[in-house]
Amino acid sequence: MIEGITVYDVLAVSTIIFFIGVFGFVTRKNLISLLIATELMLNSVAFNFVIFNKFLYPGHLQGYIFTLFVIAVAAAEVALAIAIIISLYRMDNSVDADEMDTLKG
Amino acid sequence: MGAKIIFYLIAGLMILFSILSVSTTRVIRAAVYLLFVMILMAGFYFFVGYNFLAGVQLMVYSGGIAVLIVIAVLLVHNIDHRMERIPVVEYLWKGGVLLAGAILTILTINQFPFQRIAGTEDVSVSRIGTKLLSLGDGGYVLPFEVISILLLAVMVAAIIIAKGEVYKNEEK
Repeated sequence: MIEGITVYDVLAVSTIIFFIGVFGFVTRKNLISLLIATELMLNSVAFNFVIFNKFLYPGHLQGYIFTLFVIAVAAAEVALAIAIIISLYRMDNSVDADEMDTLKG
Repeated sequence: MGAKIIFYLIAGLMILFSILSVSTTRVIRAAVYLLFVMILMAGFYFFVGYNFLAGVQLMVYSGGIAVLIVIAVLLVHNIDHRMERIPVVEYLWKGGVLLAGAILTILTINQFPFQRIAGTEDVSVSRIGTKLLSLGDGGYVLPFEVISILLLAVMVAAIIIAKGEVYKNEEK
């Protein structure tokens, strides 16, 4: 527990970052920008785990260990997403989400 | 008092760089602002005393993911590439809806009575390692193994997809 700072203050910060990520996700069309917005959201969720662990359950490690898992899954997701983006760019010469219709047949 | 100043500094900078990251029209700058957000978050983890987690965050997020995104941007865009601006109308209505959502969420959170469960804090690396590989009560060996297999599968899949030979063979 840090003196003067409550769990509500820190949760407000992570909520704001999450909604900024959602804003980026719904306004952008570039696939890499979508990826960056997703990373912001994932980061704020991992932040939430840490906050709950630190402020509410200091004797446990659940939040700590699940943050490690979230970081690992995020790394995997980014690697795969970037592979897909590069592959799509090779096919269409563009990374606009609007022009992606390869699977429509 | 000092802790409060540090916290508000980190929080303010984190929100500022997040906003810049989604509003800039240059993808490379968005990636660099995202890097700043990640570093500040690692700073917050150091601030609350979670040193190992902060190290992992710095290594994997700032050192791995951010660099990967920057390389992807350089591969698919010219370095001076600018995205088209978001129309003001879209900015206003999407931003307004999401601002309302954020305010509603924060108000709801503020009404929830969080209970602090007392306990002695021990975040030493040896305890984390034992927990991660423990089969007993409160052990995490199953998620740990699932994550290992997921990482292996994703790395193989990423190499195969990025090589793109499947599509070439179909065209012949």
